[in-house]
Amino acid sequence: MLLVLLLAPLLTGFVRKVKARLLRRQGPPLIQPYRDLIRLMRKEVVLADNASWLFRVIPYLIFAATWVAAALIPTFGIGLLFSWSADLIAIIALLGGARFFLALAGLDVGTAFGGIGSSREVMIASLAEPAMLMIVFTLALIARSTQLSNMAEFMISPEVGLRVSLGLGLIALVMVAIAENARIPVDNPATHLELTMVHEAMVLEYSGRHLALIDLASSLKLLLYVSLIACLFAPWGLVSADAGPAALTLSAVIYLGKLAIGGFLLALFETAIAKMRVFRVPEFLGAALMLGLLATLLLFVSRSL
Amino acid sequence: MPLIAILWCVGCLFATACVGIVISRTQAATRVVYGLCFAASMTAFGFALVYLIGGATFQPTVVLPFGLPWLGAHFRIDALSAFFLTVVDLGAAAASFFALGYGRHEKTPERVLPFYAAFLAAMNLVVLADDAFTFLVSWEFMSLTSWALVVSHHRVRENIYAGYVYLVMASFGTLSLLLAFGLLAGPDGGYAFAEIRAAHPSAALTAVVLILTLVGAGSKAGLVPLHVWLPLAHPAAPSHVSALMSGVMTKVAVYGFVRVVFDLLGPPAWWWSMVVLALAGITCVMGVLYALMQHDLKRLLAYHTVENIGIIFIGLGLALAFKAHGMAWAAALALTAGLLHVFNHSIFKSLLFFGAGAVLTATGERDMEHLGGLIHRMPQTAFVFLIGCVAISALPPLNGFVSEWLTFQAILLSPQLPSWGLKFLVPAVGALLALSAALAAACFVKAFGVTFLGRARTPAVDQALETDQFSLAAMFCFAALCLIAGILPGLFIDAIAPVVKGLVGARMPVQTGVEWLSIVPIAESRSSYNGLLVFLFITLSGSLAAFAIHRLASDKLRRGPAWDCGYPNANPITQYTANSFAQPIRRVFGTIVFRAREHGDMPPPGDTRPARLIVELRDLIWDTFYAPIAAGVTYAADRLNHLQFLTIRQYLSLVFGALVMLLLVLAIWP
Repeated sequence: MLLVLLLAPLLTGFVRKVKARLLRRQGPPLIQPYRDLIRLMRKEVVLADNASWLFRVIPYLIFAATWVAAALIPTFGIGLLFSWSADLIAIIALLGGARFFLALAGLDVGTAFGGIGSSREVMIASLAEPAMLMIVFTLALIARSTQLSNMAEFMISPEVGLRVSLGLGLIALVMVAIAENARIPVDNPATHLELTMVHEAMVLEYSGRHLALIDLASSLKLLLYVSLIACLFAPWGLVSADAGPAALTLSAVIYLGKLAIGGFLLALFETAIAKMRVFRVPEFLGAALMLGLLATLLLFVSRSL
Repeated sequence: MPLIAILWCVGCLFATACVGIVISRTQAATRVVYGLCFAASMTAFGFALVYLIGGATFQPTVVLPFGLPWLGAHFRIDALSAFFLTVVDLGAAAASFFALGYGRHEKTPERVLPFYAAFLAAMNLVVLADDAFTFLVSWEFMSLTSWALVVSHHRVRENIYAGYVYLVMASFGTLSLLLAFGLLAGPDGGYAFAEIRAAHPSAALTAVVLILTLVGAGSKAGLVPLHVWLPLAHPAAPSHVSALMSGVMTKVAVYGFVRVVFDLLGPPAWWWSMVVLALAGITCVMGVLYALMQHDLKRLLAYHTVENIGIIFIGLGLALAFKAHGMAWAAALALTAGLLHVFNHSIFKSLLFFGAGAVLTATGERDMEHLGGLIHRMPQTAFVFLIGCVAISALPPLNGFVSEWLTFQAILLSPQLPSWGLKFLVPAVGALLALSAALAAACFVKAFGVTFLGRARTPAVDQALETDQFSLAAMFCFAALCLIAGILPGLFIDAIAPVVKGLVGARMPVQTGVEWLSIVPIAESRSSYNGLLVFLFITLSGSLAAFAIHRLASDKLRRGPAWDCGYPNANPITQYTANSFAQPIRRVFGTIVFRAREHGDMPPPGDTRPARLIVELRDLIWDTFYAPIAAGVTYAADRLNHLQFLTIRQYLSLVFGALVMLLLVLAIWP
């Protein structure tokens, strides 16, 4: 659990660094996100006059839900201690819960920007979540389990084979991951340009430690999705928890390598593409949903058991 | 024994109704009637629960000398009726307790009190009935008493219209059920359920009965496209009655469907589930989309009932599919999911309607566009309403998530079904269910955010006061139940097990023995979920983070004006409203489903009119199904009107013609 918490800002820093280098800028150092977080946590909170108790509780709720979800994803060892306490559907629902509260926070102070952020976020979520569930269906039908550890185990085993559904699922999952993490082309994490921001608009009124927690939660979410894609579609190097220390170290190194590749690809993709208009996003996510549905349908039809 | 006790409770409820008529104009009437209703419902709930948990042993039928003289009124309790009795009576008890406080604001108690008690009694009788005649009489009695409650505020024009639509739809539904039972009973008139069960009707007959039951029970439950009365009638009644109608009466309709289709009709054919699943999937998504377009809080909740009925029927439809193909264990999972959602929905929907009622008494407003910022004035109501919102949005660790999770698990079992139609339909239904879950979350962000968060939009809201103790107690109890059913679902699943076993011949594995109180639908390698641990993890990590940051970093706080990118506008009118919040979703889905069109009305220069944005929504279901029927009825009535102005000779020839026709029919009839 602690590992994901410590690694998450590093991944964010890495993505930013790569993006800057691709633009031939120097970029902030890798540990800049840690510095930001510590600085924010030490600052006092400036709360809007009419912010309610809910507004102050929400950052902790979001952080907790995201952290629990991230801790349930196998990173380099499978067979985690509590992996049976929530399956992939529950993990997605936990993230959905975090988003539910974030959208409420956007409405709490009663400003127009908060409202615009929340209303767009729920529109994006209303397509991204079903798309994600369809992907889960695809994977669960192939692996005959919704339990992540078992799914990953199945994915390592040679009986997976090459399936069209898996390919469709991967594409859809990447699309959903981009939308869920508010990356370009759906949303721009670096913007404060009023009419284009979604995620940033909701957290506009947060400051100090609250903002630090929300930032940390977004970094965790990014790490979560990269780990999820890695453990489902590139499960090489995963070992079970009772393997020897040498094997564990090796797989940890492989995991870091996977994160680095994932982060690099994300930065490359973000640099190469322009942001979409808000009302193009539903088409983007609708495509993800259709891909997911197609993948599931193919499985239903092809299964002759 | 439990049956007799519950029948006595029903008798008490009828007596309460009579007492209500007598004393309704006195001061103490509200307290006495709701107090008695609470006591009677609680007792009935206790007996039903004890019977259900005690394994639901066989109980003989009781015949009372009412109704048809050669038939009598049959009553029986089995696991299925006991489960629905617990749902009905728990909801009734909570609503009565809530009304101890809420009912004091009622201006015309004599129009509510007698019907309220009779309504509770009728719902109990429907569930207990063991012959078709008693069932239909109780069903119609339930419809009529609830109709009286809908029109209790009869000076409001909309309520009268709502009551009219409700009456027409309820009569139509009862007519369908009447025909269904008539076909089941056959020409010999075997009306007792035991006789119907023993008969083996032909395939064509069962098909007709299935459709008729689906129409009859579905119109009561609110299946699309028979849902039109529901969002009109449920909000029109006083809020505790809305809670009962939405949370409980729709469940009685589900009971009617389950009783006929799973119990009386015999083994299902493979295509039954396709009809049910297709309707259920459409109901889910349409219900939530309609809800998103509303800005009346109670109407929004009523449309969500439509959505949740869809979710329940998805569970039932899957159970039918599995049962038809002989996969009893999978049918058990799907049916458990559906029934658990019946229970869960009755809890959180009642809670939400109570909350809406509290808001209504505090501010006099149901329209969300006039509310806002109530979390400051009514913090406790806001808290329980939030719990209800999280539960209905199917977010862990509350109860709504558990039943939807089980439904998803049931869908994941369905590729093993051999029929091709189902292979295509089930994934599509799964996608619709996922879509409706996500849209429901969006809708409740809107409902809670616009009503309770932000700043007050009208002065009335600024004067709002926290609601009374009785209402709060009822709401807190149900909020606690939402949490308990969410973190310890195993207990509830095991309690439902005898019902499921009786209907599909198998049950889910015993859950209470699983270590750490997880729930494991089939096998642990397949899927498991532990609400308790998820809840503990979230609480622990959240408080850990709070503690660490406050201790090690900073706990200073300063209040200041809102930032809003540097341009805060103090006018509450600049906030997002319910309509503007739903605009992106309206644009994505509404353009197809509702033919939503937006156009601006910009006055020319020099004109002082304000510019307006006009949004047009069309209810396509009303336009395609109901408007033609209404037009047809009007047309026919106009034509037939001429019959009233005939001469005596024409009337006599009409009578003569009719007589000859009848004799001819008799002569030709084989």
